[in-house]
Amino acid sequence: MSSGWSWYISIIALANILACVWLIRWTAKKRPGEAAEHETTGHEWDGLQELNRPMPRWWLWLFYITIVFGLIYLVLYPGLGSYQGLLGWSQYGAWEEEVESVEERVAPLFARYADMSIPELAEHEEAMQTGRRLFGNNCAVCHGADGGGRVGFPNIANNSWQWGGSPEEIHKSILDGRRAVMPPLGAALGDDGLEEVTAYVFNLSGRDAPEELVQRGQQRYQSMCMACHGADGQGNKAMGAPNLTDDNWTYGGSLEAIKTSIRDGRQGRMPPQKDLLGEDRVHLLAAYVYSLSSHLREEEDAGDDSGEEAASEQEQARND
Amino acid sequence: MNHSVIEKNIGLMAVLIALVISVAGLVQIVPMLFLAETNEPLEGVEPYAPLEFAGRDIYVREGCYNCHSQMIRPFRAETERYGHYSLAGEFVYDRPFQWGSKRTGPDLARVGGRYTDLWHEIHLLNPRDVVPESNMPSYPWLAERTLDGETVARRMRAQRRWLNVPYTDEQLEQAAGVVDGKTEMEAIIAYLQSLGTAVERTR
Repeated sequence: MSSGWSWYISIIALANILACVWLIRWTAKKRPGEAAEHETTGHEWDGLQELNRPMPRWWLWLFYITIVFGLIYLVLYPGLGSYQGLLGWSQYGAWEEEVESVEERVAPLFARYADMSIPELAEHEEAMQTGRRLFGNNCAVCHGADGGGRVGFPNIANNSWQWGGSPEEIHKSILDGRRAVMPPLGAALGDDGLEEVTAYVFNLSGRDAPEELVQRGQQRYQSMCMACHGADGQGNKAMGAPNLTDDNWTYGGSLEAIKTSIRDGRQGRMPPQKDLLGEDRVHLLAAYVYSLSSHLREEEDAGDDSGEEAASEQEQARND
Repeated sequence: MNHSVIEKNIGLMAVLIALVISVAGLVQIVPMLFLAETNEPLEGVEPYAPLEFAGRDIYVREGCYNCHSQMIRPFRAETERYGHYSLAGEFVYDRPFQWGSKRTGPDLARVGGRYTDLWHEIHLLNPRDVVPESNMPSYPWLAERTLDGETVARRMRAQRRWLNVPYTDEQLEQAAGVVDGKTEMEAIIAYLQSLGTAVERTR
């Protein structure tokens, strides 16, 4: 603020306070010719007469007290132009103080969590309570309060991962975000081609589709889709190409939804949280997301002993 | 002067009341019209691009400010949730500003980049598709209505002519072509994605 404006503000503000003092004294003053105290002023309405009574003392004093309060405030706090006040208080200073005092309290907590691995943290009840709140505030709006996802936003509470479900991969997805690119293939495929590939993809997840369409669709799939989604449709986690053989569909698994995805493409994007949340909170969030599917991993591990073949097949699928 | 003179002369009383009331405005409002920190853009703050500008008009038209503020106050609870507190220099091209005064929904001052375009689209068509407990209305017509490029360009020219928003001739010439035929949905999403992105949010 320039000193000119600073003076402008200060002078008007102080003059205004002095004017208040003057106004109170002026109105309280007895004038010649005025009715004496407790006498009637001569005003009369329907038999009601107005007495000339001075303002009650306590009321008058309240005015003076507010004036004194105002002056003391202006000395201690900012208010007169660019004068900062004796206490040096500022709204940004107060904010910084608040932030620092809370950071001091939670920093040791986060430091302890940062030293723990993600699977360890996922078992840590207290950490997961914090994680749940972070998730509710920042992630639930797309992925749902339970992590179950919505159409367009992946389910992260099951064990089918578009970008990989290892602790490191989850952490990276949250920290740096992800950008998936399914190109629109409608023009390249043509109407017939679109029908055929749709039928083949529909069939990949074990559902019935006309045999003829599926066979032709397979050929087209091998020339146009295989590079990303793999020869057997298991997907490729490195580039976020989803597995097409399970019943986990981010954009819907109906014939119509699959067709739309192929024709118009999909540009799924996970916004990076590094700047918004910082490393410590992302670490904790990764653990929370990892914990959402813990029970599924345990079931899978338990399945290892009984049906080794099925498990190794799944293992194979995940490695692909 | 005597009391009764003022009490019996309503015109004089009105003038004196106006004088007394204007003191607060003279001190609190008038300097703000001239101070650098309220008039000069913060580093990185640019006038709205044509599509964002059109989206902003839609934001005003739909009355978004009735439920969403665009003013993050310097309190920890707010900066924790929304990001860095708002700075005066961020609003220099906001005419009129959209600070709002009530939060039925969250503050939007830094909503840019927080969600994806797809999220905004789904959310504007039917908020409950992504946030089941939301009581925000649906805005399905945004996807159907398209923009008229010349109207947007004219409004931008008015911003430069009357409000000194520094659009270049080139920007104004291209504006109509850039936005013409785009849907209102695209415009408002472009506007939302631009909000508050000039200030670093690094933790």
